[in-house]
Amino acid sequence: MKIAIDVQNSGETPDNAPERGFLVALARDVKLAARSKGEVIQALAFFIVVASLFPLAIGPESALLKRIAPGVVWVAALLSVLLTLPRLFANDYADGTLEQLALSVYPLPVIVLGKIVAHWLMAGLPLALLSPLLGLQFGLESRELVVLFASLMLGTPVLSMIGAIGAALTLGVRGGSILLALLVLPLYIPVLIFGAGAVEQAMVALDFSANLSLLGAILLLGGLVVPFAAAAAVKISLD
Amino acid sequence: MSLYKYASPAAFYPLAGKLIPWFAGLATIFGIIGVYLGPFAAPTDYQQGEVYRILFIHVPAASIGMFIYVVMAIYGVLALTFNTRLSAMMMEALAPTGAIFTGLALWTGSMWGKPTWGTYWVWDARVTSTLILLFLYIGYMALVNAIEDKKRADKAGALLVIVGSVNIPIIHYSVTWWNTLHQGASVTVTAAPKMASVMLTPMLSIGIACWLYAIAISLVRVRAIILEREHGRNAAWVTAEFATTKGVAAS
Repeated sequence: MKIAIDVQNSGETPDNAPERGFLVALARDVKLAARSKGEVIQALAFFIVVASLFPLAIGPESALLKRIAPGVVWVAALLSVLLTLPRLFANDYADGTLEQLALSVYPLPVIVLGKIVAHWLMAGLPLALLSPLLGLQFGLESRELVVLFASLMLGTPVLSMIGAIGAALTLGVRGGSILLALLVLPLYIPVLIFGAGAVEQAMVALDFSANLSLLGAILLLGGLVVPFAAAAAVKISLD
Repeated sequence: MSLYKYASPAAFYPLAGKLIPWFAGLATIFGIIGVYLGPFAAPTDYQQGEVYRILFIHVPAASIGMFIYVVMAIYGVLALTFNTRLSAMMMEALAPTGAIFTGLALWTGSMWGKPTWGTYWVWDARVTSTLILLFLYIGYMALVNAIEDKKRADKAGALLVIVGSVNIPIIHYSVTWWNTLHQGASVTVTAAPKMASVMLTPMLSIGIACWLYAIAISLVRVRAIILEREHGRNAAWVTAEFATTKGVAAS
């Protein structure tokens, strides 16, 4: 599928300004995702199905379900993002677009950051938006739902970032999807701990701000470092 | 003559061959001393009984398991910045040893935990971090094995280990804080035990033996990797090496 890159240039920035590379990559990936809405919906459905398995496996006892809710929602989010990671680079790698992007006038880290943001908009943001609904099913109170939403809003971009490095390293590798899970899931652990931890703190009426601050700190640090690491990974895979 | 010449696999191969007997020999000597002092000479602990002797191997294994990952990360930086093939080969040679010692630390830890803590497994911060470290080793080895192009496998593995090593402090602190949040510290292994020297000496000698063994076995492995890779590139010295070594078929 060929998609023209059609970000209007207002004329204020030169055509090869790095920020345009970000916008071009972002707009292209969002457009591609918008043309295959099924994938976004499938990831959301997967998120709900996985979370629904836990009450069925453990039993309908509401106190217990409420107790495990933060962990269940976070693990479901982790797995759902994991399944969407190949979408980041695999198609572009297969049809050669990734090589063209790497050769373009824009710096590769900027393009990669654009793709990561697009991935988050399509894979992470929907999960965060839907999470209060899942939380309700598990009997969380309104305050806890807000914290759950906030923790996912801060945490899921980090999942896209770390995932981008793993996705780039495993491009075109046989058995790639399981390998990707093996590489990425251990690195997801801090996000899982702080994200689910924030909600648990809120449930026992403790101050949850430390966990959210730590998630924010990881997000900032990741935003600074990951584009370069992921771009290096893309280059290694293209060599 | 400069030390840098040993960055070439062809120059490092014979050097490693000369070093291996020394490391292996010293490892054996320290091992024998440690195995005598630890299980036989050291007295029974008045609190833990005989079980504490597991720590003579557990503590060195845990420290080596962690340290090898750091060494791999340093080699990873060298491999990516200076593009030295030997650095990546060293990473590949070190990884199985690191994974084995990490696994050994977990295994001996649970053997020690059952009689002492009353359970094989605790989600203690240290135990959990060590388990995640084992996952990182497994991920590295799986990635390097899955990529057929060796050049790409080297670089991909190097980048992964660097990313992992940046993550290790974050993982460690997250697990520590998670642990204090979830349960009160029922048992702390963090408090440094005041050890009598009769107990410290065996641990040190077994520790030194494990270190020397780790170095020796990694050098053996890196020699095999060098031969395999250079043979694939049809390097003349490898063909000569095969011709002079009886019992190794030069295919």
